[in-house]
Amino acid sequence: MTYTVRKFDAVIVGAGGAGLRAAIQLSEAGFKTAVLTKVFPTRSHTVAAQGGVAASLGNSEEDHWHWHMYDTVKGSDWLGDQDAIEFMCRKANEVVVELEHYGMPFDRLDNGKIYQRPFGGHMSNFGEKPVRRSCAAADRTGHAMLHAMYQRNIKVNTQFFVEWQALDLVRDAEGDVLGVTAMDMETGEIVVFHAKATIFATGGSGRIYYSSTNAFINTGDGLGMAARAGIPLEDMEFWQFHPTGVAGAGVLITEGVRGEGGILRNSAGERFMERYAPNAKDLASRDVVSRAMTTEINEGRGCGPNGDYVLLDITHLPPETIMKRLPGIHEIGIQFAGVDCLKEPLPVVPTCHYQMGGIPTNYLGQVVVPKDGNQSTPVAGFYAAGECACASVHGANRLGTNSLLDLLVFGKSAGETAVADLKASVKAHKPLPQESIDRTLARLDRLNHQKDGADVHQTRLSMQRTMQKHAGVFRFKGMLAEGVERMAEIAEQVAQTQIKDKSQVFNTARIEALELDNLIEVAKATIVSANARTESRGAHVRDDATDTPQTPDGRDDKNWLKHTLWYREGDRLDYKPVQMKPMSVETIELKKRAY
Amino acid sequence: MEEDRKARINRLKWHCRRSLLELDLAFDRFWQRHEDDLDVQGEAALERLLELQDHDLWALVIGREVTGDQQLIAIIARLQEV
Repeated sequence: MTYTVRKFDAVIVGAGGAGLRAAIQLSEAGFKTAVLTKVFPTRSHTVAAQGGVAASLGNSEEDHWHWHMYDTVKGSDWLGDQDAIEFMCRKANEVVVELEHYGMPFDRLDNGKIYQRPFGGHMSNFGEKPVRRSCAAADRTGHAMLHAMYQRNIKVNTQFFVEWQALDLVRDAEGDVLGVTAMDMETGEIVVFHAKATIFATGGSGRIYYSSTNAFINTGDGLGMAARAGIPLEDMEFWQFHPTGVAGAGVLITEGVRGEGGILRNSAGERFMERYAPNAKDLASRDVVSRAMTTEINEGRGCGPNGDYVLLDITHLPPETIMKRLPGIHEIGIQFAGVDCLKEPLPVVPTCHYQMGGIPTNYLGQVVVPKDGNQSTPVAGFYAAGECACASVHGANRLGTNSLLDLLVFGKSAGETAVADLKASVKAHKPLPQESIDRTLARLDRLNHQKDGADVHQTRLSMQRTMQKHAGVFRFKGMLAEGVERMAEIAEQVAQTQIKDKSQVFNTARIEALELDNLIEVAKATIVSANARTESRGAHVRDDATDTPQTPDGRDDKNWLKHTLWYREGDRLDYKPVQMKPMSVETIELKKRAY
Repeated sequence: MEEDRKARINRLKWHCRRSLLELDLAFDRFWQRHEDDLDVQGEAALERLLELQDHDLWALVIGREVTGDQQLIAIIARLQEV
């Protein structure tokens, strides 16, 4: 198999919010920058983000970055690194104003300032009362953000490689990262992008679950590439779930449906939330509702032929209320559940939404690994930002509107750090290590010549169903242990996938097989890390983690106030301390997370 | 010729990978039902439809927005089949 080599100062993988923001930094500084992306930049999953971006601008009422920091640490259930959280909250105003200068059409107040609205978990004065902190552009914030940043990149001459699939990290014997191998989907050509700086901004990996709100492109490509190159993945047991995704499809049914009077029912038609949350009932918090739904399903009170979902009933509401107050819900029911929700209840399940863990980074956007006794040694030439990275600002649970902020702040930070490193570095590129490139070629060769192998679609489905059943929103000791074994078997099948189509031009079967190589690494990391963490914290909730005075709500700070690091080789786990010391202010001390 | 069509269809299929899950699912269903009966005019119409921004495309699929373009209407109708 042949390949060509192209040299750049920097290569960025992914053209969602984080990748575009990083690219602006590098191109503006005059560095030759390539951005590789599977899909056209403005079709990245950032488009799906509607809620807004958090910044303590204080345009409508008093606000302060320190209050935002407090909310984020609390939201993270104290697993977030307090230096990175302080950095993000302090930088928020700057990156939002920059975005405004790039042409982002934020909603505005009459006085011309950016309009801000309240959002769950964001409070004033250290948790006292809700505050207006979210800046939005109607319900198209992510979309508008991508457009503004894409246009800026065109202006500063970023070179885009659209419809290219990145394959593997190129890493030499010293551990330095020297670029990526990639495939042009149009021709099947293999190219080594030889770079002094490599930035991963590949987004989330929600497609590891059967029920996921993530688009099909979210296959954890950056995480798979990093894991194969020996980089650990951090805190992968923490995934945010939304209680009401359409069963079998994953499409999100907004919380507003329950807000308007929607009721969750089990197979007996019982309004089961009355048993779990007698006061709040169907309006209890996301995690409480999700756990209750899972318990009903696990105890045999689920609905449908397989008893694997519950029902969201709005048939008692006046049709005009549904059509007026809940636009789009009627169409979603018809399109994805085959149900007219005015007449029949909607089938729903807790659905995977956001990945808190990822490639370990510091607040500078450098990828960091344990080396020679230092827990966080930067990997030379390697940076990551956005959902694929773990800075870690979301810890065990992310606050709404902090994801768009994350990708702006750390996209910029990774770009700035890469610029500084490029300016300080020697002029020449380090020589390419042939061994590293050969590994990619061998992987492609294996796939092209595999006989009697596993079907990609079926193997992916086995992985997704195993993740949903064994490491879903509510976790059980025995199920997790079984899931680890099952996932190891599935990984063996992934190593032997077979494709019938061997063509070169837009061979989607090959792309899907390569994506599965990445997904399986994320799935293994998640289930092995979740099995080992015997406490409940944030989004990781175990049935066997008991509520005691020493372990409130099952959270065990004595033994588990630490980050997980999963290594692909031997499914090895390591841990590193949480950074409890912020950059300039006092530590936000541990306490029970209650709202 | 058959080889050309396969390449064209594969390219269109990849362009159906969108930013929103709703669209991914709608296109997935479309291909399962209509891959064999999609003619050259249909391919051209789909290609034009795929140039739209995702929120606008979704608004057309669920009927919140409408278009007067007959060729697009035909493709959208197939996307709306449940």
